[in-house]
Amino acid sequence: MSAEPRLLEVRKNVLKQNDMVARSLRERFRERGIYVVSLVSSPGAGKTAFLERTLTLLRPQFRVAALVGDLATDNDAIRLARTQAPVKQITTGTLCHLEASMVEEELSGWDVGDLDFLFIENVGNLVCPSSYDLGENLRLVLLSVTEGEDKPLKYPTIFNSADVAVITKIDLAQAVEYDEDTLRMNIQAVRPGMRQFAVSAKTGAGMQECLQFLSDRHAELAQKTQV
Amino acid sequence: MHELSIAMSIVDMAQEEAERRNVRIDAVHLELGPLSGVVADALLISYEAASSGTRLEGSKLVIKEVPIEVYCPVCDAQRTLSSMQWFCCPECGTPTADVIHGKELAIIALEVRDECRTAPVGST
Repeated sequence: MSAEPRLLEVRKNVLKQNDMVARSLRERFRERGIYVVSLVSSPGAGKTAFLERTLTLLRPQFRVAALVGDLATDNDAIRLARTQAPVKQITTGTLCHLEASMVEEELSGWDVGDLDFLFIENVGNLVCPSSYDLGENLRLVLLSVTEGEDKPLKYPTIFNSADVAVITKIDLAQAVEYDEDTLRMNIQAVRPGMRQFAVSAKTGAGMQECLQFLSDRHAELAQKTQV
Repeated sequence: MHELSIAMSIVDMAQEEAERRNVRIDAVHLELGPLSGVVADALLISYEAASSGTRLEGSKLVIKEVPIEVYCPVCDAQRTLSSMQWFCCPECGTPTADVIHGKELAIIALEVRDECRTAPVGST
């Protein structure tokens, strides 16, 4: 029969493979001076509308491109292509999140020339994407005023994994009796110090402030790369 | 529900280790933090599915849940949070986002037996 059982101590990060790919992506982006922003949110929070507006507003000044993840359709990529920016769809099939290897795969052979910004729109999901580093510099978590002010408390992990919160659809604030103070308090409870922006991709309200923040971050990166 | 793909990674990694050391695995011990984004119950069910038909079929996944620990700059100390909805020092109430532990998703130990000589499985 089998020998005596014994305990073997090991230490293996389960997501090591993903983290390694993400690290090498981050290094590649840094060398090329590309500032990478990923977007996570629940389905329907307005990632694509926000991105559409962002690409349009940044394009006169910056070289921008976007990778968009979706389970089954390329509707988002078609929408975003109207901005004239290079856009590529990642169709994940049944997978509920993007992984670093998918980003790497989509980038290989995609000749978009030099870039200032690359945006990566994750699959609409507030749970699974939180575990996977995509090599981004900044992770934006978006939530719309229609979703309820307690969303950060319900999904603390994704808010904790993100760097900046973008509150979307503020043009609907009044209709849904949005309580700004409560939402801000809840965001700060799960992620103290988190930077927040409130925008409407539809009217353009608040977009400039948010994009100024992104261009400042890009300028910082460019400065670091030159040193 | 990404626990299945996480479970498959765990099975792959443990299996590789078992083959390398020529042992049979009875159990995989995993350290899991609440900020890993992985749900323990879903992972346990997924592990059963992921291990079936492999050398780890019938083995157990033992999950050790670790609490969230943060650094409090005011107390200059490491503190354990009791809730992931409230990132404040439990002693002085200072908000802090400086997470020290809680994101863990790591295999920390394997319960193994040496492969029996009378019943070699794929031995070389």
